[in-house]
Amino acid sequence: MGAITVKQLGKAYKQYPTRWSRLAEWLLPMRGPRHQLKWILSDINFHVAAGEAVGLIGVNGAGKSTLLKLITGTTQASSGSVSVGGRVAALLELGMGFHPDFTGRQNVYMAGQLNGLSVTEIDALMADIEAFAEIGDYIEQPVRVYSSGMQMRLAFSVATCVRPDILIVDEALAVGDVFFQQKCFDRIRGYTAAGTTLLFVSHSMGTVMNICNRALYIKQGALAFDGTPKAAADLYQADLLSRHDQAPARLGAADAERWRDAVALGGSEGSISTDGADCLSVAFLQADGTPQASLIADQAVQLRIDYRVRRPLDDPHVGFKIRNRYGVVLFETNTYCMHEQPGPVAAGGLLSASFSFALTLAPDEYTLTVGLGNGGYDEGSFREVVNYLHEVSTFVVLPDNEGITWSGLVNLAPRLDIEKL
Amino acid sequence: MMPALMLKALWSYRGFVSGSVKREFQSKYRNSLLGAAWTVLSPLALIVVYTVIFSQVMHNKLPGDNTEFGYSIYLCAGILTWGLFSDIVTRGQTMFLEQANLIKKINFPRICLPVIVVCNAAINFAIIFTLFVVFLVGAGQFPGWVFFDLLPVLLLQVLFAIGLGMVLGVLNVFFRDVGQFFTILLQFWFWFTPVVYPVTILPPGVRQLMGWNPMAALIQSYQTILVQGQAPQWDSLLPTLLWTVLLCLLGLKLFRKRAGEMVDEL
Repeated sequence: MGAITVKQLGKAYKQYPTRWSRLAEWLLPMRGPRHQLKWILSDINFHVAAGEAVGLIGVNGAGKSTLLKLITGTTQASSGSVSVGGRVAALLELGMGFHPDFTGRQNVYMAGQLNGLSVTEIDALMADIEAFAEIGDYIEQPVRVYSSGMQMRLAFSVATCVRPDILIVDEALAVGDVFFQQKCFDRIRGYTAAGTTLLFVSHSMGTVMNICNRALYIKQGALAFDGTPKAAADLYQADLLSRHDQAPARLGAADAERWRDAVALGGSEGSISTDGADCLSVAFLQADGTPQASLIADQAVQLRIDYRVRRPLDDPHVGFKIRNRYGVVLFETNTYCMHEQPGPVAAGGLLSASFSFALTLAPDEYTLTVGLGNGGYDEGSFREVVNYLHEVSTFVVLPDNEGITWSGLVNLAPRLDIEKL
Repeated sequence: MMPALMLKALWSYRGFVSGSVKREFQSKYRNSLLGAAWTVLSPLALIVVYTVIFSQVMHNKLPGDNTEFGYSIYLCAGILTWGLFSDIVTRGQTMFLEQANLIKKINFPRICLPVIVVCNAAINFAIIFTLFVVFLVGAGQFPGWVFFDLLPVLLLQVLFAIGLGMVLGVLNVFFRDVGQFFTILLQFWFWFTPVVYPVTILPPGVRQLMGWNPMAALIQSYQTILVQGQAPQWDSLLPTLLWTVLLCLLGLKLFRKRAGEMVDEL
């Protein structure tokens, strides 16, 4: 019970050149197929043992949802096979097929019946379902008046009112508020501890690392990686980052040559670009100089920012700013404020600044803002802002599973001394 | 899926089927003040209109019938049963499209959907037909034991309708034109079936053509039972039976072959 075996699984959609071609194909089968197959997933192989919690990660359109639909059986495989042991509860997208005109209560009965429960069983569970969903009197209202969060609450409570052998959750939890998400995760953790197999799609690497003990990375319809969540997250983030031009570790003549034509980065709205310099790259680097995809909390990191200077700058200074998802600045500094003097740079020169520090931030997503100023004075003001890229990139801090458990914004890493008398 | 497996799956989802039928019936009248009365009112209006126009305005009488209610009973026998047929077929052709939300998200035996359609139509029909029977008894026109000959005819009609509904339902997912086209066709079909008029007023050539209309034999059977109080000519239903078997087989075959592809198309 609870095991999932997927063998050489593939899914293709038929694409017809015109609407008439399908009719022609149906009516004249001997004339051969007229469609082209568009493969969404191909040759997926894996086995999930009962009780495993598996995260599915990948960019939008990689085929994660299709894979889940194949496993739940709503969509038919084009090749290969899926075998699933036990009762499956699936939360695919929003609402799990709620009927908008029926009341929440009626939908609970319908969904329960579709999940194989009898009316008497649902009667017995109704109080729990209502209590968990916390939607109050809305249970008697038609579902069309629900907010998306309320639909999700109800859908989650129905789908998980009885512990399933396999629980499949497709990003559905993303619409809930933090408190409800926490409640859902608690329930999911309880179920996995009791032996439920979990398949979980999320874009939040922190959540996947938290809940799952294994991750599958789906890339362009193929299984790119199957292993620990940390390794999968690394690979995923590396792929995301590799879309940008990457910075080499040390500047050399060849680099200068290559960078002459490198495309300048642009920031979000509120950025300033002048003819003074172009920002070529912003990246966290590993010790060997390769860009680091995912960052683990409390580890030493190196942030490197590269500029191509286009007119002489007599006193350039480089700075960066880290903000969390609510826009709170967690840290901000620049070379002037660090009492450093990078010194003048000639036109056509490259200026590269590397900041090394321990990343003592809470696991979450952050944005990075970088800037280049000229002529520092006072408490960190500049005569001229040469380049300022607002929220030029984002990065994810993953939990450090070996460290202490803490909450808040910054890990103060307290040292403990206890004295007893 | 083999038929035996289909039945087994259906049985294990009987709770869902009965629940859906109940909910659909309730929701249909949820926001109306008169509720289920509308099930009766709309065919009643139709019957009144036809009775007034054909029997009073155009002084159309059934040949060999001079009773007060003769034409009304004749009309009811045809219109009510035609209503059952068109209800099943029109709901059948949209059943997969309407339930797209459910089909795409939840894995359940799709064969539940035609069963739900038939049950709902049967409930609506039962309500109005019961009233009709009450009227027959009240007017002293109840045909007696021959009334039970209606059951096999009704069964045949329901199977015919759902076979056709399945074929149209599956086709409609892939070719939406089917729904549009059939809505028009149904109008012609209605007037090409002796529901409002007796078949005897047609010229012999057209009457010959009527033999190709599987609904004509069914409707005429109802009229024979309810108006003349006689058993229908069972052999006249043979072509309809043949159509029914063909459509049901075609419907099941299409359904089984295309059920997977259908989800991709919705």
